Amino acid sequence: MAWDRNQMAARAAQELEDGMYVNLGIGIPTLVANYVGDKDITLQSENGMLGMGPFPFEGDEDPDLINAGKQTITELARTSYFDSATSFGMIRGGKIAAAILGAMEVSEKGDLANWMIPGKLVKGMGGAMDLVAGVGRVIVVMDHTNKHGESKVLKECTLPLTGKAVVDLIITNLGVLEVGHKGLHILECAEGVTPDEIRAATEATIV
Amino acid sequence: MNKIYGSAAEALDGVLADGMLIAAGGFGLCGIPELLLQAIKEKGTKNLTFASNNAGVDDFGIGILLQTKQVKKMISSYVGENAEFMRQYLSGELELEFNPQGTLAERMRAAGCGIPGFYTKTGVGTVIAEGKEHKEFNGETYILEEGIFADLSIVKAWKADDTGNLVFRKTARNFNPPAAMCGKVCIAEVEEIVPRGQLDPDNIHLPGIYVHRIIQGDHEKRIEQRTVRQREEA
Repeated sequence: MAWDRNQMAARAAQELEDGMYVNLGIGIPTLVANYVGDKDITLQSENGMLGMGPFPFEGDEDPDLINAGKQTITELARTSYFDSATSFGMIRGGKIAAAILGAMEVSEKGDLANWMIPGKLVKGMGGAMDLVAGVGRVIVVMDHTNKHGESKVLKECTLPLTGKAVVDLIITNLGVLEVGHKGLHILECAEGVTPDEIRAATEATIV
Repeated sequence: MNKIYGSAAEALDGVLADGMLIAAGGFGLCGIPELLLQAIKEKGTKNLTFASNNAGVDDFGIGILLQTKQVKKMISSYVGENAEFMRQYLSGELELEFNPQGTLAERMRAAGCGIPGFYTKTGVGTVIAEGKEHKEFNGETYILEEGIFADLSIVKAWKADDTGNLVFRKTARNFNPPAAMCGKVCIAEVEEIVPRGQLDPDNIHLPGIYVHRIIQGDHEKRIEQRTVRQREEA
C-alpha cells in the first residue's frame, strides 16, 4: 500500500501551521487546501492575490478573478489584490512561509527540476524559479517513481534545474523524506510501506 | 492637456513603429489590452518585441499578432497556451527569451523607477543564470538582471479619470502597473473614463504621471479556464 493523491495532499497539509501565508502549485498541491482543517492559512496566488477562495458557483465566474493556473476563483473576506511586482516582492522577500510544488526530479541536495524536458515542448518556468528561491520552506509533493518505475529522487537531477539546493521536504506516495546535509532522512513511511521499500525505490543517498 | 483619444487606432498614431519594444500588461487573458492589440494588428506594424508574461491564445491577445507574423521576439515566463506560437518558435521564425515571472515583473518595475539592474537569487544555478554577473551578498549568491526600458507600454485598467489616474479590478491588475511604468509612452485602455474628482485619491492604483494616452472601449474579457463548483457542495 502507498498513499494516493489525496493522502499525499493531507500529509502535506500537516506541514502548515496556523497563520501561515502559503503558495500552492498546480496538481496535487492544489488539493492541500482541502485538508488544512481549522488552521488559519492564507493562500497566495502569484498573479496578485492573497486570500484565494474556492472555485465560483456556476454563473458567478468573473474574468477579472483568476488564479495562477488561469482558473476562475473567488475572493474571501480577507482578500487583498496587488500587482505582479509586489506579488513577487513578497515571494522574493521571504514573506511567504512555504510553497508546495510538484516536481519531475529532486536531488539529495535539494535541487529541483520541474519546468523543462529537453527536446519536448517548453512552456516556461512561470513563477516556479522565483518561488523556490524566495519562500521560507519548499515542500515537494510527487510520485516517488516515474511511469517507467524509475526513481524521481536522485543523487543528481538530470533535467534542467528550477533551483539549486532549494527543497526542504519531499512527500511522495511512499513516505516523507527530509533533505539533510549529508543526504535524505526518512521521516515517515506511508501506511504499509517499509523503510527498506523506500530505499529500494530511491536512487538518492538515504542516511 | 488632453489624454483622452477616440479609439485605440488614434491613440497609437505617432507612437507605434516597426521594430519597437512594447511592454504589455495582463496575465493569461486576464487584464490584457485587447483593444490596443487589435489596433496594432490592423496597423500592420512589423518586427515587434513584446515583454509580456504570456503570449495569449491563438485567436486572442498577442496571439492575433503572431498569426499575422508581426512579432519578432517574446520576453515571457510562460507561453503554453498557444499552438501558433509553438509552431513559429520551433521553426525558428520567432525568438523567445524566458524570464522567471517575478524577474520579468521586477525588470519592468525597476526600469520604470530608473533602476537599470538589480540582483536576485531567482535562477541561480539554472540556465537563467548563464552569462550573467554573479555576486555574493551576506554569503548568498545573486545574479544581475537588467531593467526593461520599453519604447511603448500598453495596459488595461478598469477605470481612469481624465488625468490618467488608473484603478484596476481584482486580479486583472497583475502586470499592468509595472508594464505601464517601464515605457517611454504608456497607453491605457479602460472600461470607463470618469471626470477628475470621481476616483478616490486614496485608492488610485497607478498615478496618472505614468499614463499618457487613454481610451475607453468595450472589452470581451475572455475566460481562459472556466472552473466552477456545484451548489450542492455548499
